[in-house]
Amino acid sequence: MFRSLKARLDFAVPAAATAGASGLYRPPVAGTSHALPFQRQGGEPAPAGASRSNGALAATGVSIAYTNSSTGEVTPAVSQIDLTVAKGEFVSIVGLSGCGKSSFLNAVAGLTAISGGTLVAGGVPITRPGPDRAVVFQRPSLLPWRTVLGNVIYGLELQGIPKREAHRRAAAYIDLVQLGGVEHFYPAALSGGMQQRVNLARALVCDPDILLLDEPFGALDAITRETMQKELLGIWETTRKTVLMVTHQIDEAILLSDRILVFSDRPARILAEIVVELPRPRPANVKALPAFTRLETRIWELIQETARGRGRL
Amino acid sequence: MSATPAIRLPPGRRVWRWFLDYGTGAAVILGLLLAWELAVRSGTVNPMFSSSPSRILVAGIDIARDGSLARHLLSSGYTFFVGFGLAIVAGVPIGVFIGWYGWANRAFSPLVSAFYTTPRIAMMPLFIIWFGLGLGSKVALVFLSAVFPLIVNMQVAMQNIDRDLKRVGDAYGASQWQLFRTIALPASVPFLLTGLRLAMGRGLLGVVAAEVFGGSEGIGYLIEYAGATFRIDVVFVGVFLIALFGIAMDRGLYALSRRLDSWKTAG
Repeated sequence: MFRSLKARLDFAVPAAATAGASGLYRPPVAGTSHALPFQRQGGEPAPAGASRSNGALAATGVSIAYTNSSTGEVTPAVSQIDLTVAKGEFVSIVGLSGCGKSSFLNAVAGLTAISGGTLVAGGVPITRPGPDRAVVFQRPSLLPWRTVLGNVIYGLELQGIPKREAHRRAAAYIDLVQLGGVEHFYPAALSGGMQQRVNLARALVCDPDILLLDEPFGALDAITRETMQKELLGIWETTRKTVLMVTHQIDEAILLSDRILVFSDRPARILAEIVVELPRPRPANVKALPAFTRLETRIWELIQETARGRGRL
Repeated sequence: MSATPAIRLPPGRRVWRWFLDYGTGAAVILGLLLAWELAVRSGTVNPMFSSSPSRILVAGIDIARDGSLARHLLSSGYTFFVGFGLAIVAGVPIGVFIGWYGWANRAFSPLVSAFYTTPRIAMMPLFIIWFGLGLGSKVALVFLSAVFPLIVNMQVAMQNIDRDLKRVGDAYGASQWQLFRTIALPASVPFLLTGLRLAMGRGLLGVVAAEVFGGSEGIGYLIEYAGATFRIDVVFVGVFLIALFGIAMDRGLYALSRRLDSWKTAG
């Protein structure tokens, strides 16, 4: 059992690396691939409707504060965030760890209540989690007693979608995140990177309007992280989902995003909004481009400034 | 379980391995029995007080032949399974309820702790007054002995649910019932099995205690009566039967837990 898994892993990593190196996600071989309901031709520009006015997400003056239940002390985490994310846009939030960026993401997910302002997704105010949004947490948090397939269909199952239909939909996404062949493995038998792929597939299969990524590769080793970033880039270029990602990896944010928001230290406000004007699909050598390095330096300086102000560095 | 479940040993090595696993323990027990027998036969120990394996075997065959053993076994078995069954039916839902709702936990935890630590046999006189000397009082004692380990374990299971998993459930819009069914319930299986094993031991204790305390049949009564009439061999027959039953139940539950927890190691 273990030997066969290891063989698969050995196979999976180089395959993923080549797909990433070409800069383009290569869909699985035609014979074995499942049709994806959302699939568009690679490189095709976003449809005309994808403008700022057709916002997938709109935050106006959003504040979040935590109240300590025993002392009654109120700690502001996020203050006065204005943000609009267009349909099909990939937006990242970068900032120091603990600056409140995850709080903001949790508010969009509907897991944390906001204390001020308005937060609207698809025209509807956010009050609780909903099938229009799906979260990928930093830790895979898979249900250990379910197989890969059982975990991928978890969201669909909660929505009351019949098992047969759920399995049919899951098959396409299991291929997309390159988990074909390990569907019936339990999470304990998977590496951290593989588990995170399951986590990603579990969110994607729900076909949410907005995909929320909370430091999705933060718990992975450097090599796996690099591979997964490139795969996510490929997946995004295939699916063109609206994505809001929180990260503290500056290069990760630049590689993937259309736009980057730099958050200040707690309570978080938007320090700067940076449009990433790198070509799509991102070329294989994107990280070596002067424009990439310039952006990286600029964001790094912004973050350093806020950190210095608070004596954090 | 060994660390490398996937590796299959060649047949010869497997038999040897099996022999090592089970044979060693069996050899120790056989050795002790042999020493006991020899000590009695050589006159070092007076069989009046210690009996001997051969005498115990003969006594066992005797009471099996005249039908009294079957009667006692049946009576004890009935008491045990009724009490244990009722304890499962009541204890699991009560434990889940107390563990799942914060207010129920605050309200009932102190009561449960109080009962959990009180020796149940102390209440036997009350049960006899309430339920009579027959089956009722004995089942009541078994039930009360077995139910609290189940309640406490299920309560702990509910309170130890992985927060990350709960958050995943929340993020995917799970209702309270769905959270319970898809996360809390499967996560509680190992706790349930621990609870069952503990409850089994306590329940067995309850059966014997109740039968020793009062009554006219059952293995506990057999032991009590044999002791009072100086039939040490019959006392040992009873003790060995209880031990065998306990080991069989425990191994059974352990095998069940290995099956249900296969996801912990399986690929």
